[in-house]
Amino acid sequence: MTDGYAVRAEALEKRYGEKRALDGFDLTVREGTVHGLLGPNGAGKTTAVRILSTLLRLDGGHATVAGLDVVRHSGEVRARIGLTGQYAAVDEVLTGRQNLEMFGRLFHLGGRRARLRAVELLDQFDLTDAADKGVGKYSGGMRRRLDLAASMILAPAVLFLDEPTTGLDPRSRGEVWESVRALVAGGTTVLLTTQYLEEADKLASHITVIDQGRAIADDTPDGLKNRIGGDRIEVVVAERSDIARVVKVVARVSDGEPESDETELRVHAPVADRVAALTDVARTLQDEGVRVEDIGLRRPSLDDVFLRLTGHRTDVSEPKEAAA
Amino acid sequence: MSAVDLTGQDSRGRVYWLLADVWNIVRRGLTHYQRQPVNIAWQLGFPILSVLLYGYVFGSAMKVPGGGDYKDFLMPGMFVMTMAFGFINTATLVVYDSTKGVIDRFRSMPMASSAVVAGRGITDLIAACAELAIMMLTAVAMGWRPDGGLGFLAAFGLLLWLRFALIWIGVWLGLMVPNPEAAGGLFAVAFPLTMISSIFVAPQLMPDWLGTVAAWNPISSTAAATRELFGTPVGGGDSWVEQHSLLMAGVWPVVLTAIFLPLAVRRFRKLSR
Repeated sequence: MTDGYAVRAEALEKRYGEKRALDGFDLTVREGTVHGLLGPNGAGKTTAVRILSTLLRLDGGHATVAGLDVVRHSGEVRARIGLTGQYAAVDEVLTGRQNLEMFGRLFHLGGRRARLRAVELLDQFDLTDAADKGVGKYSGGMRRRLDLAASMILAPAVLFLDEPTTGLDPRSRGEVWESVRALVAGGTTVLLTTQYLEEADKLASHITVIDQGRAIADDTPDGLKNRIGGDRIEVVVAERSDIARVVKVVARVSDGEPESDETELRVHAPVADRVAALTDVARTLQDEGVRVEDIGLRRPSLDDVFLRLTGHRTDVSEPKEAAA
Repeated sequence: MSAVDLTGQDSRGRVYWLLADVWNIVRRGLTHYQRQPVNIAWQLGFPILSVLLYGYVFGSAMKVPGGGDYKDFLMPGMFVMTMAFGFINTATLVVYDSTKGVIDRFRSMPMASSAVVAGRGITDLIAACAELAIMMLTAVAMGWRPDGGLGFLAAFGLLLWLRFALIWIGVWLGLMVPNPEAAGGLFAVAFPLTMISSIFVAPQLMPDWLGTVAAWNPISSTAAATRELFGTPVGGGDSWVEQHSLLMAGVWPVVLTAIFLPLAVRRFRKLSR
């Protein structure tokens, strides 16, 4: 029924007045994987997630989640998904346990099973010690974990994580990543939106880049990096006067024109045969007596990919994308 | 993955689950009170304080047309005021849930989304009963002596009937205002609206035009009607709306509900647009 895909979206359209939040957005997510949805503020990430999780109606196109149409079978879709939005949507007054029991009962588990499931999830998300404390006293990371636990009550087939680590400190972020990995190991498919390239790189096996409501690239993290050219050799010298000589040496092994940076005393260029290029350049520079501070190969980061694809950097300092 | 059987939760009918969902939302609201005793103290303390302050500070200076006891005039007014301010409470709780994503979580779940609003309303009515009970006991301690019996029950019912109508204004506003702080600002709007009514002062003692506005204020009808039902009919005016306060105390909430229930529902539906 799902033919191996947990999410299938074709030509999704969503308009707000004149603005096209989604403009022919396509997405396929394989079952049992973490799929990253990467894009700048206002690119349409949240809109896409809200449509797929049945919170928003679409203006055009077609989408299935767990093999079910999100419009015609929204009720059944809701029984098969979990959603963790940009805010930790848990009740701050109740305790962690009371939250999970309440959501469990609202997932129609009934009182006894809701209680048992809460105990199980508190343990799984390492919240047993804080189970009977009010959520208002939880740290950001704990709140997020509780939020994730609440999304996992029915062990959903598909979990939507909309910027799950926005606003968290690095340690809490690590905790959330751990939880997500554990969920996927248990068979859940995850669609993760993020502005953090590092997060997509670490967690996702597949990435869709979205900009202005459209998917502009869809590949593995490595595939995306390869797209903007492969590896680069990078040499940092001690003396500015050596830069010209280094450029000449690097040019012999490089695929393209070497670029140099006078202030950082750095020369870099794309290379095809990584190891041969590195050994050749290192030996020649040594023979010529050039003082080298550092030499190495660098893979392009997703940041570079992003810049190349969208023409702008991911900027996390901008105001957040509107929840609607 | 889980030792708990997570399947087969739909074996019972829709009506069963709708009622169960509503009850679970009510239970959540009541647990809030249980976990925040300070909030109860505040929510109940304010009306008690108002009764004491207005009763003793203003009581001696205030006149009632026809020379009744100001306490008999004031107490039903205070009950009405507490019911009227209740919509701020509803709005605050709704805006809190919608801005923190809790309403979105509910909507992404296989529960009935109407239960979110229905549960909120029932919780607020339960809280209103508690508020009224506490205020009435305070009033009795201060020497207020209402008639018992059916009239008393009818008055209690009319007060809740007003509170019921105001739930929808609260839900509607709660889905409109941008954040909980803004909901707190509703107090500044509500206060003058309750002053220009027959709650504290009889409209016929006000300047003509203001008296007319006050008499037609929906909460004035409830105040006048409950004064009558409590057996302490003081300071009733002779305009049509004041002469028919019992009728209007029943009608006004219907009108308010007819306007604001659809608006609230529309606003709730708009969340998916």
